[in-house]
Amino acid sequence: MFRGISFSVEAGNLLQLVGPNGSGKSTLLRLIAGLCDIADGSLALDGGHEELSIGQQCHYAAHQDAIKPALTVVENLRFWSGFLGGGNVDGALAAFDLKRLETFPAALLSAGQRHRLSLSRLALLPRPIWLLDEPTVGLDSASLEKLWALIRDHLVKGGLAIAATHVPLPFPGTEKLDLGVEAAA
Amino acid sequence: MSILWALIRRDLTLAIRQGGGVGTALGFFLTFVVLLPLGLGPDQALLQRLAPGALWVALLLSVLLSASTLFQQDYEDGSLDVMALGAAPLELVALAKSAAHWLSAGLPLAIAAPLLGFLLNLNPAGIWPLAISMITGSLALSLIASIGAAVTVGLRRGGLLVSLLVLPLYVPVLIFGVSASAGGPQIATAALLILLALALVSLVLAPLAAAAALRAYLK
Repeated sequence: MFRGISFSVEAGNLLQLVGPNGSGKSTLLRLIAGLCDIADGSLALDGGHEELSIGQQCHYAAHQDAIKPALTVVENLRFWSGFLGGGNVDGALAAFDLKRLETFPAALLSAGQRHRLSLSRLALLPRPIWLLDEPTVGLDSASLEKLWALIRDHLVKGGLAIAATHVPLPFPGTEKLDLGVEAAA
Repeated sequence: MSILWALIRRDLTLAIRQGGGVGTALGFFLTFVVLLPLGLGPDQALLQRLAPGALWVALLLSVLLSASTLFQQDYEDGSLDVMALGAAPLELVALAKSAAHWLSAGLPLAIAAPLLGFLLNLNPAGIWPLAISMITGSLALSLIASIGAAVTVGLRRGGLLVSLLVLPLYVPVLIFGVSASAGGPQIATAALLILLALALVSLVLAPLAAAAALRAYLK
């Protein structure tokens, strides 16, 4: 997929992955989460939890939203809070303004609302690394503001985030990794 | 433990709300048991002799039918990705999903089978042995099917492949299950113990195999 890539992200910083479609942004995120094998090279996390893998310290939000249409909004979040080991379901509902929809079956949500529900997993419980694959797709401007606020809060608390997205990110000190350039070099 | 419980509870809720695979299993089982005597004709003695074996075959096919897509939804909607990043290893995820499948499909069928056995003129003395052996055996069936479901999780039409992969592993369960429900007192006890052993072995090995297959697919 790609070779000769090297990057580092400091705590409190955000790395933006850019590059044309198919340049491997999603693959790189899956690689960091441990969902793909690395053919050659290494990944290291300084100061993380020693007994947990890097993936277990990541929130991974991708195109597939991991939502069950037959469960209600709050049941979806309650399951993930149970499965991921605790979390603040009410806080997560509030993060993307889903409180009003909590008793609706997820099947009735619009695409944007589904995406908000999927992203609210980020607010469920703290994990130091956020891997975001096209997090802005389908979000209205109000939700976008909420997403930025959530990410900003995460970064201020010393978390780090890696986002694959084409939209400009409103964070000072955002580093960019252009996979298109790296692949061509 | 609470992680497992969260997953089991979710899968049971989904099974009740969606029907889906489990509904198909129950429907298939009922149809089979209702149609068999019509096909065989009114020979009561023949039906009685066939009943335990026929009920076992029906149970086996129903479980296979509903379990072949055990991981499919979670794979397609990305839940499996998130689960792979959870605190619980995929082995426990596979175990919890098999357990939920057993609770929602295998166990109700095993309990209903002896009652439906009346349609097949099942010998009343055979009701308890059949119920006990089916409850034990259906656990093994759900677990073994989870291997097949995991191996074919990324395939759109994996149903046929699951059957081919899983049927050889089902044969011992079927043989000892039928002996435990229809054999003489001594054979039945021995067969029941072997069936229990099969269930315990699959309890340990099937989640390992299923998790290995799921990992291979995620990568």
